[in-house]
Parts: sequence; C-alpha cells; structure tokens
Amino acid sequence: MFNKNIIRFVVLVMFQVLVLNSLSFGGYAYPALYVYFILLLPFQTAGWVLLVSSFFLGLSIDFFTNSLGMNAAASVFMAFSRSGVLNLLRSKREYELSVSPGIKDLGLTWFLTYSFILILIHHTILFSIEAFSFSDILQTVIRIILSSILTLLLAVLAQILFYRQDKVQKSFV
Amino acid sequence: MRNVFIFLWKNHFFILFLFLEIVSLVLVFENNYYQGTVVINSTSDFTGGILKSLSNFGGLFSLKDANNILLEENARFRNRDASSFIKTDTNTFYVSDTLYQQEFVYVAASVVSNSTNRRNNYLKLNKGRRHGINKDMAVIAPNGIVGQVIEVSDHFCSVMSVINSHSRVSAKHKNSNQVGTFIWKGSNYRKGTLIDLPLHVPLQIGDSIITSGYSHIFPEGQLIGVVDDFRIEKGGNFYTVDVAFTIDYNKVFNVYVVKSLMRKELQDLEKLEDQN
Repeated sequence: MFNKNIIRFVVLVMFQVLVLNSLSFGGYAYPALYVYFILLLPFQTAGWVLLVSSFFLGLSIDFFTNSLGMNAAASVFMAFSRSGVLNLLRSKREYELSVSPGIKDLGLTWFLTYSFILILIHHTILFSIEAFSFSDILQTVIRIILSSILTLLLAVLAQILFYRQDKVQKSFV
Repeated sequence: MRNVFIFLWKNHFFILFLFLEIVSLVLVFENNYYQGTVVINSTSDFTGGILKSLSNFGGLFSLKDANNILLEENARFRNRDASSFIKTDTNTFYVSDTLYQQEFVYVAASVVSNSTNRRNNYLKLNKGRRHGINKDMAVIAPNGIVGQVIEVSDHFCSVMSVINSHSRVSAKHKNSNQVGTFIWKGSNYRKGTLIDLPLHVPLQIGDSIITSGYSHIFPEGQLIGVVDDFRIEKGGNFYTVDVAFTIDYNKVFNVYVVKSLMRKELQDLEKLEDQN
C-alpha cells in the first residue's frame, strides 16, 4: 500500500510536469491533476504523513514551474481540509480499513462531491496566491472554476481507467 | 511542562499544518519574482536537465515549425547579404570604420521549457553563465520579442516571458514613433496591451508596435505585434491598445539572447544623473 502511493506520487509529478504543464487551454484553465495523490491517500493515513507528503508534492511541482511555495501552500491547505470534508461526507458505509477513497468502494456521487470540494479548495488557494490582488477578481474566479472542472474531469477519468484495469486483472486470475 | 506536551500532542495536526503553511508562504514571498535563492539555484541544473531531455523529445514533433521559422529568417538574412546586391559603383573601397560600433551581440539558444497557461509565464533556455548570459539580457525570436533573463545558472537561464503579469516593455507605435508601455494582463496569451499612448496619435487597426529601445534591454525596432483594437478608458487621457502578438508563444523553439554592450555605460550615466 505504501509503495503504491510512492509510485503514484512520482508518476503524478512526472505527468504534471511533462504533460499537463505544457498544455494550454486558451490560457484560462490549468489542470492540476497532481492533487489526485492527496485524494487517493488511504483513510487511515496518519495526519502528519498526509501533511508532509502533500507539502513535498506541491514543492516538487513548484521546482519545475518557477513558483516556489505556491503549489505547496495550496496542497498543504487541501490536505488539512481533507479530514473535515471526510467527516462531512461520512456515508452509510463507514471508512473502514478495507474501504479506499474512490468510485469503486464509495460510488460516483460520493467521489465527485469529495473531489470537487477538495479540488476547489486547492485551486482557490493556488490561483489567489498566484494573482495576489483583488483587481482582476472576476478573472481569477473564472480561472478557479474552469481549472477545477478540468482537474475533476481528469481525476474521474483516471478513476475509470484504473478501475477497469483492476477488473481486467481480476478476470485473468 | 507536561501539559504543554500534552497540548502539543493533541494539536499536532493543526500545529504541523500551520508550520508547513507558513514555510510555503515564506517561500512564495521570498522567491516569487526574483528567484535568486540558493534553493532554486541548487536545483535548477537538476530540473533544467529533466526539462531539457523532455524538450529534446518534444522537439521532434515541432521540428517542421521550427525549421520553417528559421528558413524564413535565413531568407531575410540572405536578402541583406552583400552577394544579393549588384555592385553599381566600381570605385568604392573600404576603410576602417569608426562611425559604426557594435552595440548588440546575439547568442543563439533553444528553449528547454516554456509555459503559456499561467499568469506569470517563464521560459528556460539552454544557455547560462558559462555562455556569457547575465541577468537583464533581452530574449528575442525571429518574429518577435520573447522576454528578459531574470536568473542564470551555469548551464541554463530563466526568462520572464512577455506574457508575464510582471513584464513591462517600453514600446512605440511604429508610424508615429510615440512611446507607451507594453504589458500583459494575464488572460489571452495571443494578445498584449499597450498603455500610456497619448490620444493624439493617429491609430489604425493593423499598425505595428515595436520596441523603443529606451530600456536599453531590447534593441530598438523589434516587432512586438500589430494593433488589434483600441479604446479610451473612462476618464483617461491615454489609449488602451490591444496588440495581437506576431509570435505564437506556444511555438517558440529557437531564440537569441541579446547582450547590449552599451548598457553599462548608459546605466552609469543615469546613476550620475541621479547624483546631481
């Protein structure tokens, strides 16, 4: 489980830096799929592991984008909000050891709500620090909303892709 | 003392959160504009190396575009070459010319990483201190200006792109030679904004906007873009001009770093002005 998360960390950082950072959606949206790592950390992850790994996740992105601290600040805030959001969305199925955050165990609606709230928190912090003024507030808000939707879409896509893969593997066994 | 520890342990999640958040924000405010820190400098050769191999790979797909841009430029140079002119006067001879002294030196570089989707966009180039690159040098492409160097490591340099909300370039309207300031507002990467252009300037859509050379960074007369639209802000005495870039910042591959040989002299002169 631990190894799986480390691999996910590295793969997401590489994917963000090598692929997503070079995409341009008319300059308005910036998909930050790397937060998918924070979304998918197991429920029983210790608080400090959650915070520290999110900090280094953000920092690794920052090193590649000349924005030292921005992604780190946003990721740490998102990690901090995670437990609150989880309590808010506590479903009928408790977050047991065997249950992992994802469409497979908790359903599409749960995953969409959970991810969207956290992604929105992350992007709000990120783009507010980036703009650092209220003068173009409308533009900042547009950037936040469009980017959040884009990131959410990519996260769901990733879920579906890997969910399918699990199924295929099981059928082979 | 025991209670303090119990308090710390109970709230360690929140305290760690505060600590990491403060560290991040300190990093943001210390480094955001001029990344002159040890941290970035020690890693930029590492991150630069990764980005360079990516660009080597990605470059394969854009070879055609890059070649076309260079071919066009070569054609322009060929037009200026002595061999493309016919000698009409057979009595000319050359003397050592003191009337002209070189002011700008061009160093060819290629782009290692680039972004257009942020509000503050930067590029990294494959030339650094070892190749004579310094802070505040201009970067231009064959068909427009790109930005200015803000940070140098041994093998790479960071360039603040023209499409960066901190970027300011002294620019002028080519037909009337009236000077304004060229900025980027952070939304559309195909369009910039020229401000502080006086109202009496006869503007027309399609007019060229070029660099003025007043900042001693960019050589004079480099094309920035063409007028796309213009208006007068409420209660203002100046035009706000939308300028469509002549260059697609998503497709910048080969650039020139421009070193101004006279810049230091001019700056020293300006320092003297301040003293008086």
